[in-house]
Amino acid sequence: MKQLAIVSGKGGTGKTTLSSSFGALLSPVVLADCDVDAANLNLMFNGKLEEKYDYYGGKKAIIVQNKCDKCGICKKICRFEAISFENEVYEVDQYACEGCNACVIACPQNAISLETALSGEYYYSVIDEQKEIVHANLNPGEETSGGLVAEVRKLALKKAEEKGKDIVLIDGAPGIGCPATSSITATNYVVIVTDPTSSGLHDLKRIVETVRHFRRDFGVVINKYDLNPDVSKQIENYCLSDNIEILGKIPFDELVEKSNLEMKPIVLYENSMAGKAIKEIFEKVMRKLK
Amino acid sequence: MKITILSGKGGTGKTTVSTNLAYTLSKKYKVQLLDADVEEPNDHLFFNVNVEKEESVDILLPVVDNDACIRCGECAKACQFGAITSFPNATVVFKNLCHGCGVCSMVCPVNAITEVPKSIGKIVLGKINDNLKFGMGLLNIGEPSGVRIIRQLKKHIDENVDVVLIDSQPGTSCPVVESLRNIDFAILVTEPTTFGLHDLSLAVDLVREMKIPSGIVINRDTGNTNLIDEYAKKENIPILLKIPFDREIAKLYSEGKIFSEYLPEWEEKFANVFDTIKGMVK
Repeated sequence: MKQLAIVSGKGGTGKTTLSSSFGALLSPVVLADCDVDAANLNLMFNGKLEEKYDYYGGKKAIIVQNKCDKCGICKKICRFEAISFENEVYEVDQYACEGCNACVIACPQNAISLETALSGEYYYSVIDEQKEIVHANLNPGEETSGGLVAEVRKLALKKAEEKGKDIVLIDGAPGIGCPATSSITATNYVVIVTDPTSSGLHDLKRIVETVRHFRRDFGVVINKYDLNPDVSKQIENYCLSDNIEILGKIPFDELVEKSNLEMKPIVLYENSMAGKAIKEIFEKVMRKLK
Repeated sequence: MKITILSGKGGTGKTTVSTNLAYTLSKKYKVQLLDADVEEPNDHLFFNVNVEKEESVDILLPVVDNDACIRCGECAKACQFGAITSFPNATVVFKNLCHGCGVCSMVCPVNAITEVPKSIGKIVLGKINDNLKFGMGLLNIGEPSGVRIIRQLKKHIDENVDVVLIDSQPGTSCPVVESLRNIDFAILVTEPTTFGLHDLSLAVDLVREMKIPSGIVINRDTGNTNLIDEYAKKENIPILLKIPFDREIAKLYSEGKIFSEYLPEWEEKFANVFDTIKGMVK
């Protein structure tokens, strides 16, 4: 079983364009949409929901007000500034609380307890006989997205094993923090998508460092490379000088906008220049996985 | 007035809106721009920032004195993050899992645990011009969460300026919530696609839950914005501005330039956005 991740450091570089295309080209496959903050991949494939799971993330502290004698020890001990004192009442800010238990232990009145919170849901959907997808929805304001990413990956692996599918394609979470790193740990290969903007190069360097930190094999794809040839060149020079393989360059193609509106992977449009480039990149990546 | 710019998802144009607003408003007002997209801060790439100060953001990590430790396992039992384990011959801290909450040292019956600061990132502060102050947070590679960095960055909010603009991380999870705490208004940047609408509705859920008034900026408008217009009308959220899908704007952005500096008709449009917001916050 091979796990392939597509990441981008930052949103908007064309990760969904690439991952939906890879998803369309791979057969059989289990897709894992790890962008749990704003899951879009299933919108592209319109899978039929088969199973739904609750996701319980971190715990949150709750103060029982009639036991509280307002000593303020909880507020003092909390390192996350999650306890406020307003209108003569101590209260836990559910968004700031990390569920560390310090206030529970410290409260002399035993007025605080930790409670498990429902943080989101994750789903298993079937696209067709050859393709399945695991995706998720994190409730707004939740912190444990790395944990939910791990659940999505676990379920995708389980489904792949059950159905004898050789490959799990992971659409990674953006950024370089815990959801992003949770998307790339223990993968066989990582494709990094970037675009030729000055921020694109800046973000690329940070995600490259992150992928290296986790010691994964990887290559870079430059999307919309012809939009700014100068910056594209800078990205190529950076890759060359840093010994990073460029898997391919995707031209700017107005059909991509159309494919996003029509919710259909770009490789399914026969005349698409971008689609053609992605097919070539796909072949190259498949050889890496062999 | 404190305004946070968010987007549900990356790549919709948060940086464009933040930098253009900061630039245009600084012609008339005292402005502070804080880049809280600490995983990938980009705002500084659009300005010449005169850096005045840098500070480290630290958390306290436990260090176990294994000579004093009696391997009772109380620390491991108390830790909610599985970051400390007591083996028969040593008690070990897994640094990457540690949130630095201090529970382990609190419960240790023999005081075998002390704490040392560890840097997880930094804050950079400076000035772009006399009317425009700048600050940004930067998370170290390999660190899980930027929330503390955003919290520390927000401690540098200058109460004497007229407008504070906070460029948030994408998404709707905890770093975004941290960027939204104690602010007056949220600008939701979106684009006119089904994805854009999907992610916008997530951002709307969040600001409503936090009871923050908001308005929408549509980026890459192709004239095909009915989707968002209808949604905004239904949900009763004003559309503050539409930025067209324009090759020149995209090109200026890709070169790291603020487009309203080169296309001056946009200065007034961004200034109007602020006037609309002022009317809504009172």
